[in-house]
Amino acid sequence: MANNPVIEARGLVKIYALGATQVPALRGVDLTVKRGEFVAVMGASGSGKSTLMNILGCLDVPTEGTYDLDGERVNGLSRDALADIRNRKIGFVFQGFNLLPRTSAVENVELPLLYDRSRRPRFTRELALEALARVGLADRAQHLPNELSGGQQQRVAIARALVTRPTLLLADEPTGNLDSRTSLEVMALFQELNQQGLTIVLVTHEPDIARYTHRIVGVRDGRVIRDVPLPERRDAAADLQSSQPVLEE
Amino acid sequence: MRALVLVKVAWQSILRNTLRTLLTVLGIIIGVGAVIVMVAVGLGAKERIHQQIQNLGTNMIVLTAGAATQGGVSQGAQTFNRLTVADAEALRRESTLLAAVSPVIVAPGNVIGGAGNWRTHTQGVATDYQTIRDWPVSSGAFFDATDVRHARKVAVLGTTVAKVLFPDQDPVGQEIQIRNVPFQVVGVLTAKGQTAGGSDQDDVVLAPYTTVQTRLAGRQFIPQILAATASPADIPAAMEEIRAIMREQHHLASWEEDDFTVRNQEDLAQAAERTTEVMTVLLAAIASISLLVGGIGIMNIMLVSVTERTREIGIRLAVGAHSRDVMIQFLVESTVLALIGGAIGVGAGFLSARVVARLTGWETVISPPTVVVALAFSAAVGIFFGFYPARKAANLNPIEALRYE
Repeated sequence: MANNPVIEARGLVKIYALGATQVPALRGVDLTVKRGEFVAVMGASGSGKSTLMNILGCLDVPTEGTYDLDGERVNGLSRDALADIRNRKIGFVFQGFNLLPRTSAVENVELPLLYDRSRRPRFTRELALEALARVGLADRAQHLPNELSGGQQQRVAIARALVTRPTLLLADEPTGNLDSRTSLEVMALFQELNQQGLTIVLVTHEPDIARYTHRIVGVRDGRVIRDVPLPERRDAAADLQSSQPVLEE
Repeated sequence: MRALVLVKVAWQSILRNTLRTLLTVLGIIIGVGAVIVMVAVGLGAKERIHQQIQNLGTNMIVLTAGAATQGGVSQGAQTFNRLTVADAEALRRESTLLAAVSPVIVAPGNVIGGAGNWRTHTQGVATDYQTIRDWPVSSGAFFDATDVRHARKVAVLGTTVAKVLFPDQDPVGQEIQIRNVPFQVVGVLTAKGQTAGGSDQDDVVLAPYTTVQTRLAGRQFIPQILAATASPADIPAAMEEIRAIMREQHHLASWEEDDFTVRNQEDLAQAAERTTEVMTVLLAAIASISLLVGGIGIMNIMLVSVTERTREIGIRLAVGAHSRDVMIQFLVESTVLALIGGAIGVGAGFLSARVVARLTGWETVISPPTVVVALAFSAAVGIFFGFYPARKAANLNPIEALRYE
């Protein structure tokens, strides 16, 4: 089981019906991601990378093809079964942070645990505080999202993704709304988590961001056009040190 | 999700916009409040009628002339005036269950004495009348059996008559003239107040029925014979007994219908209560229309809320909420909303009922069942009108919900 690939997708096809016309978003994608990998999925808008992301995140189902997540066949499952898979195995980080407004950081992080019906965790508050500590925000637990900076909000979102100890962390343009320094901070955090063994798939259109991953998967017109390892990856923590000192807000 | 968490989440989103919440539940507040007031007024009226009928005398049975129905058509009482003093005497003689029997002979006419002249009804009754009506005297004494046997010209005054004729003195021992026949006043009755129908029970002069029959010339009729049993349990059997005696007394063949009507307090009470009940139900029904309107208000605001919180729903679905979780969350929210309205409405209804009672002098009764039903009903309104918005929320597509701006 531990040697299973985290993601094993074969011949993924996704066709949207827009009225009478059929719009293909994916035209046969094969993708394998092994445990502990850090992969960047790159592509322009309209390339199909968002559709791929939604399918990998079990938010959507492919029209054709098979998808095994952590050794478990995912396509063909019901809406609620997919919700359970998302809850147990996937942590999401979005471009827009997507925190619940007027809800404290720790309560935001706690949210996935409240919907965990298979493991029924008992000390949800403690687990949430632990996850916040992992992203360095233990002292901001009671703050509301609008009292936090963009980088801090994204770190709360990452803590929320981590709290269920997922198999896979899916990040959709996680630095899209952040300035370059904060982006570096977030990438440094991802690299740290990856070193601790977490599998991460990151969707981005910024080559600068992709440089911090292990492997780049390029998508265009619904197909994978390149899949290359990145031997000379950069260290975000080191870049942070060397970059120009920027005033923290 | 745990129930407590659900209620907490609902509570938070309700608190998020206090003014909007208040305006939303206003419909429910008014609806529940109106229902509570209407039912309170209705129950109060019923209570009062009950007391008044009780006031007529407990265990009383009323025998009136004429059949209640003939061939299915209501004839009204006293269609044929066939009650006689002999009937009353036969009942007293033959009945085993009746503790008291008294004819009521009515002789309308002027009564003169003391300060003036008063048009009233003189009633010729037996001494049992006092027992049957449970009506003590406030001064003097009721006439006794000897007075009846000798047809003495003695009279007992109701308080209204006493006040009119003798405003400044005790009438006992004074003389009055009924249809120009002198009577001596021997007692004054205590005040009974108005009947449920609004007539003054104290506007009366009582005299021995024998005296009225023999000494007073002119129009007389016997509208009723009153009787009473020793205990309420005997009433049904006693009524049957009265029927049997009366049929024999009136020589009715087995195929003939009764030419008299026997009723007890309960029958009288029921007739009166039915009227107030119909009124109460009608008023409550009108009031509950505003509850319906309040429910529509809740539905409206829940639909707005679902749209506003599309992204939140998307987040919840993305991190593993089932459709049912989202549905229950919104149902709990609309129910809590409706219950808040219901609770405030009960309070408002309670206060309004008191204000109504003070302003009009009506009695109002707030019964615990009314409060419970009102709260249960508002919760039901919350669930019913929250269902559609909640289902809408639960069926959202997580991808579109997350992308919603």
